[in-house]
Amino acid sequence: MPRSLLVVFLAIGFALPALADELSRARQNELLYLLEQDCGSCHGLRLKGGLGPPLLPADIADTPDEALIDVILLGRPGTPMPPWDVEITATEVAWLVGRLRTGKVAYDR
Amino acid sequence: MTGNPARAAVLICLIGLAAALLAACTHAPRATGDLGVVIERAAGRLVVIETTGSTILTRVPGLGDTSHASVVYSRDERFAYVFGRDGGLTKVDILRGRVVGRVMQGGNSVGGAISQDGRLVAVANYEPGGVRVFDAQTLAQIADIPAVAADGSTSKVIGLVDAPGNRFVFSLYDAGETWIADMADPAAPKLTKFTRIGRLPYDALITGNGRYYIAGLFGEDGLALLDLWNPEAGMRRILDGYGRGEEPLPVYKMPHLEGWAVAGDIAVLPAVGRHEVLLLDMATWREAGRVPVHGQPVFAVARPDGRHVWVNFAHPRNDTVQVIDLVSRKIVATLKPGKAVLHMEFTPRGERVWVSVRDEDKVVVYDTATLQPVAELPVEKPSGIFLTARAHKTGL
Ligand code: HEC
Repeated sequence: MPRSLLVVFLAIGFALPALADELSRARQNELLYLLEQDCGSCHGLRLKGGLGPPLLPADIADTPDEALIDVILLGRPGTPMPPWDVEITATEVAWLVGRLRTGKVAYDR
Repeated sequence: MTGNPARAAVLICLIGLAAALLAACTHAPRATGDLGVVIERAAGRLVVIETTGSTILTRVPGLGDTSHASVVYSRDERFAYVFGRDGGLTKVDILRGRVVGRVMQGGNSVGGAISQDGRLVAVANYEPGGVRVFDAQTLAQIADIPAVAADGSTSKVIGLVDAPGNRFVFSLYDAGETWIADMADPAAPKLTKFTRIGRLPYDALITGNGRYYIAGLFGEDGLALLDLWNPEAGMRRILDGYGRGEEPLPVYKMPHLEGWAVAGDIAVLPAVGRHEVLLLDMATWREAGRVPVHGQPVFAVARPDGRHVWVNFAHPRNDTVQVIDLVSRKIVATLKPGKAVLHMEFTPRGERVWVSVRDEDKVVVYDTATLQPVAELPVEKPSGIFLTARAHKTGL
């Protein structure tokens, strides 16, 4: 899948080091809100799993960043996991995956 | 009690008030026919509401993770059984506004059902997949039905409903099976299994008369139908190929098949991966048409008289509700209740509909004749709305 490779390359290539600077705090909070509310509708508000698998740090520990970024951006055809590249950039997904790893995903209320 | 009955009575009243008794001693006893609950999804709270004056009566905390919580009612319409995402089954006395029982029954549950006789509450679990059955009075576990498919794999359970004859019917998401559990002997459910019903059944419903069980399929274009009056005939596919071979659109929130929308012989169902609702002729089980709508439909709920169907939509088009007139099969209104409309519930006779608007922390009540909002209530991240009239409806 050339598109997915490109996406992963972009995400890893220039996103990781400068992530915190690139994403405004407001956008970060929007992403965490999306994660809780909209990813949460399938993965559980607290990401403990639902129709989709749990996404807590222990559950994704063995999956490399690229694979997680890939599935979030492009979805998994034939399953309910939809592609999110229409509304989240590769940079933003890489940042989200970083947060998923820490388990600190609460948004500022 | 002391020697002074009047003082004792006052004392009891004060205690009652302090405990937020809905039916305080000075008032006539309150009935529950116009009550309901709204889930405060993030706070793990239930909001008890009444639909006569459209007001909030009280809030009940302590329900755990209510992300996808759903509710069934005891037959006396007093107790709400809340099925939480964290596997908690909570029994709430809505008159007194408090939790009266709670068990952690599984790791991760989505929904449940109450038996025809009101004695059994069944919970569908994702993790570990299966159905557990509890005594409705005490919440003691009575039976455990692990969802182990014909090929030995375990499955998430979805689409659990009650059926006449004290049965429960549910489906196995991963394995694509539907099971009937006959609860004549509650401790030893008798299972009838239908295998290979289709790929990834994601939700199911039962018609109001308890005769037909229909499972929506995610993995293919179509639904699986079981006639409970004639289970020997097995399950058959209906609306096969409704996507006409076109690539399905991504689905950002799973549609729900609760609330069978029926007008005459026509049922209305959300399509999966298409911005359409499907009209199903229940006499022939053939497609009777389709109505293009604003986005991926999530709920298509009929007003109780069956003339109008209200539809809400998946993220990111979830600020809208459309009203379809089933006589003309046209959209008669496109409403904007606010950001993230999650659920709609009609009052029993259909003069009002309650709409939860998650991102605006409110519930809006519409007049269903004028289609105008008539009340707005502050509710934190509301999701499901469940009125007590569900107590007397099969499948709800
Ligand atoms: C409509 C339901 C749905 C929504 C919404 C959804 N997911 Fe998923 N997701 C799934 C399902 C189902 C799977 C499992 C797919 C499979 O069977 O392989 C999945 C898989 C995943 C995986 C791969 C996990 C693994 O271990 O393989 C990740 C990561 C993921 N989702 C993240 C997200 C994020 C982040 C969001 C929100 C931006 C999201 N999902 C929104 C249904 C959903």
